[in-house]
Amino acid sequence: MSVKLSTRQVGDVTVIDAAGRITLGEGTSALRDAIRDSLGAGHKKVLLNLGEVNYIDSSGIGELVSAFTTVTNQGGQLKLLNLSKRIQDLLQITKLYTVFEVHDDEAAAIRSFA
Amino acid sequence: MENWDAEHSGSPRIDAVYDSDLKSVDTAETVVVDLAQQMGFDEDDLHRIGIAMREAMVNAVVHGNKYSGVKKVRMKVWSGSESLKVIVTDEGSGFELARVPDPLAKENILKESGRGILLMQAFVDEFQVRRLQPAGTEVTMVKYLAPR
Repeated sequence: MSVKLSTRQVGDVTVIDAAGRITLGEGTSALRDAIRDSLGAGHKKVLLNLGEVNYIDSSGIGELVSAFTTVTNQGGQLKLLNLSKRIQDLLQITKLYTVFEVHDDEAAAIRSFA
Repeated sequence: MENWDAEHSGSPRIDAVYDSDLKSVDTAETVVVDLAQQMGFDEDDLHRIGIAMREAMVNAVVHGNKYSGVKKVRMKVWSGSESLKVIVTDEGSGFELARVPDPLAKENILKESGRGILLMQAFVDEFQVRRLQPAGTEVTMVKYLAPR
């Protein structure tokens, strides 16, 4: 199964709920499109909920980095929510834990954008 | 190195040739993870083996063969009582492991690509890259079953 993404708006924060696998191909392009759509609509506060994502390969990690830099370069913020142990491990191995702001409580994450 | 060569000295359990496309990446990953499951690897190790396999295949298909319609990826798999060994070979121009930029270096941390080898090295117990002559790259990975 590739990734399934759904987007909702909580105040001025765009929450992207992801489920499945973010891997080279459909998974990475779907994420890229979702970020582009959010920015295109003028929504620059993005919370990416990875709670239902059980698998990310190096291309998926690269897409997360790309999303982060794209949003940041446009004056926005991208934060991560609900990382599984496996995804946390991947961010530790790649030293990206220091790059991303990670939350495990949605309400607190939303408040942190203020 | 000698131990895993001794356990995997015979014919491979699987010897498959794949086209250079993303469907082959999925197929090879599934084949190896299914075999690893039969061997008794636990869920965490199956996840690690799956990612390492995926990275090896993406490396061969995308960076080695560059999605060529004529170049193939060969995968050989040995399963022993103590370990799983996989060799993935492409027909690309090859690369030197020592020349691959360190994805953990400060200047590379925000790059979009270049983490595949890091993940393979992190998720298997033995990892080796060999440049073939006249062309191609051979990636060898071994994962040991945890002591039971």
